[in-house]
Amino acid sequence: MSTLSCRISAIDKAFGENRVLCKLSLDLPAGTVTALMGANGAGKSTLVKILSGVHARDGGSIELLGAPFAPATPSQAIRAGVVTVHQNINDGVIPDLDVASNLMIDQLAERQYGFMIKRARLLAEARRVAARMGLDDIDVRTPVSELGVADRQLIAIARAMAHEPKLLILDEPTSSLSAAEAERLFALIETLKAHGVAILYISHRMSDIRRIADRVVSMRDGEISGVFEGPEIDYEGAVQAMLGHRMTEVDITIPPAGQPVVGLRDVRLKADSPAFSLDLGDKEIVVVTGLLGSGKTALAQALFGMASPYAGTITLDGKPFAPKSPGDAVRRGVFMSPKDRASNAVIQDFDLARNMTVPFLSRYGRLAFIDRRKERRTAQDMIDALSIVCQSEADGIGTLSGGNQQKVMLGRWLAQPSRLLILDEPFQGVDIRARRDIGRKIRETARDRATLVLVAELDEAFEIADRIVVFHDHAAAAEFRNENIDVNAVLAAVTGSPADARGKSRQAA
Amino acid sequence: MSVDSTPDQTTGDGSNTEALPRRKRATLVDHSIRYGFLGLLLGLIVFFSIFASGFAGPRSAVFIFQSVAITGILALGVTCTLVVGGFDLSIGSVATSSMMLAAYMMVIFEQSAFVTIVACLAMGAFIGLINGLLIVKTRVPDLLATLGMMFLLVGLQRIPTEGRSIATGMTLPDGSTAEGTFSPFFLAMGRHRIDLVLEDLIPVSVIFLIVIGILVWIFLEMTRHGRLMYAIGSNERAASLTGTNVNNYKIMAYMISGTLASVGGMLLAARLGRGDIASGTNLLLDAVAAALIGFAVLGAAKPNAFGTAMGALFVGILLQGLTMMNAPYYTQDFIKGFVLVIALVFTFSLSARKAGSH
Repeated sequence: MSTLSCRISAIDKAFGENRVLCKLSLDLPAGTVTALMGANGAGKSTLVKILSGVHARDGGSIELLGAPFAPATPSQAIRAGVVTVHQNINDGVIPDLDVASNLMIDQLAERQYGFMIKRARLLAEARRVAARMGLDDIDVRTPVSELGVADRQLIAIARAMAHEPKLLILDEPTSSLSAAEAERLFALIETLKAHGVAILYISHRMSDIRRIADRVVSMRDGEISGVFEGPEIDYEGAVQAMLGHRMTEVDITIPPAGQPVVGLRDVRLKADSPAFSLDLGDKEIVVVTGLLGSGKTALAQALFGMASPYAGTITLDGKPFAPKSPGDAVRRGVFMSPKDRASNAVIQDFDLARNMTVPFLSRYGRLAFIDRRKERRTAQDMIDALSIVCQSEADGIGTLSGGNQQKVMLGRWLAQPSRLLILDEPFQGVDIRARRDIGRKIRETARDRATLVLVAELDEAFEIADRIVVFHDHAAAAEFRNENIDVNAVLAAVTGSPADARGKSRQAA
Repeated sequence: MSVDSTPDQTTGDGSNTEALPRRKRATLVDHSIRYGFLGLLLGLIVFFSIFASGFAGPRSAVFIFQSVAITGILALGVTCTLVVGGFDLSIGSVATSSMMLAAYMMVIFEQSAFVTIVACLAMGAFIGLINGLLIVKTRVPDLLATLGMMFLLVGLQRIPTEGRSIATGMTLPDGSTAEGTFSPFFLAMGRHRIDLVLEDLIPVSVIFLIVIGILVWIFLEMTRHGRLMYAIGSNERAASLTGTNVNNYKIMAYMISGTLASVGGMLLAARLGRGDIASGTNLLLDAVAAALIGFAVLGAAKPNAFGTAMGALFVGILLQGLTMMNAPYYTQDFIKGFVLVIALVFTFSLSARKAGSH
């Protein structure tokens, strides 16, 4: 085994009541690419932020090359040799400056650099750094804004390399790269590996992980749920460890098939993604699952009028359905509760009742005037029906816990009958009890509509679904009835592995 | 998952014994946030009643109302744009443009009061529409779009008269003399007073302010349109994902703002009886100050019609009282600025505490 670059021992981190990391321990050997996998909310980004000095840990210790490491600021972390390239590429580069200034920006920020810019020396040094990283073909005088995403990414990494890092953290580095561009990045990673840099590679793309990772670490609920290494890495085991599938105690009785409500015919969500068809009937709860970037969100956006599919047709109750805006979709009876409720759903300035009634205000009173009493009554009914824990319907939404906020967001769309209810990650940041409440309510109310639930965690899918559709590469790749379900087959479909029973697997390029 | 995606701002979620004393202290802060500003307003009135002779009395009260009528109307318009998370810097110049247009219509085109009023209102709404389209369609940031519009209008209103004020008998660029006069009905909007207990007590412009204030208040607080505008201001993305047509509401907010500014401009023209190129320079800052001071009223920490009206009144009372105590006129802007800064600190620091920031 190679030497140890970084040892993370039993670190804890909580935000208020919300415990994000629990006694997490992880070793990162030098000259090794460690891929880190975890679903949304598993705590990956918190771990990265602790390593890169954005957050302070609550407990535990980190050693870097045997010395204790506790950065108070990002720049301290960089000086100590832990360099992070963030997912959002534009966080790593300054588009208005040229390549040379970008590569040398950290030197410019140091006090001893002096007042005036030494242009010639700056260019020479920048060329040297660029050449070392194999970026000879980029003119260092080009403004970064004129470069493509891939080149920006490489520059962000090259800039990181000027610090001679011991640990390089790459957060979803290929999320906006083409296959050829990604290959260039991988070549660079191989070089760094050979130089003995420990690399922590965070990604959801199985193809990337297969290509580059020496070992795979899975994270779940703030803990390491599995470490997979050796000559034959068990990728499915890693995904399973990340998504989890404790057998659920929820009994699902699949109702007899209802009338078809929504039909997707030969739909292609992206120009280069395969076509697929999907039917959603009433009474039925269909869960679409898949890794991040598998196209779940694109499907929801197509159905809710936020984007139109690249090709194919969608019908609603037999009539063509091509909503131009969410408002359009809502008028046709297609509702969606979006994911990331804090940014997409919660209106912080409103109390609980007002948050609930936003979409259907016209139904609370006449002539645009709002009947407050009727509004409050609706809210109280929903509070009872969803067992929302609060003092009254006039509570500020921010005073509720995550689970109760999510219930309010669900209540918002249950207040009126719908033809299709889309719930994007309805269990995000929700504790287990609220999750059961929400799941039960969704199943109880599912009678007169089609219900589409998008989740990444398989547990959640098994708890609520009548039918599970696995998305891969922006298309439905496999379908399972939630009855004596073969978890391994689902996992195989999620990872898009060749073992996929239906033979529809598509190895991403 | 990071903090920002789960803003569980529960302050006292722990055991009850621990939460109780904390809640008690919170109510004290709550009360000072809620009623602090109105208390200050009351204190100010009492202070001036005692120390400024002649301050306490209906005439003085009416004078204060009249002095804040135009800025108050403009401030109510700005409030609507603030509600949707925008800002309208062009209101001052819309008002002066409307004043110049009114004078031009009557003095040079010799039009009736009715045509003049319709033309001014249409101009205000149209400028609001352009502002809204610039912001919504071309994605120019609101401050910049309305700032640009402000410059444009300040220049535009001077072009037809080659930079001169408009009054009956003025010489036109082509050498002829302007024969038209302000219609008496139009002038009455700014000058007429209605008997109430005392003779000639209430100026018509004050009635305009009160009626518009009540209408805007009802619109923002009691109708679904106002509710949705607040939703947009708080979380635009969430509002659009409930099916709200965010762009239409934003455009509407700027159109309301432009229309109300044109009303203010007409009242100004009626009061002056001429299209005075030099007046109305303070309108923008006064109106914005009133709307922002309004954030602090009743602990709203958000734009609201009642607060705006109180803010305008506060500034009016302060200036009237100081004038009656013989404070020099040149200290006025300083005092207004000072009050604004204090009100903003009040609003943002205290409401941040209320929200339980980290």
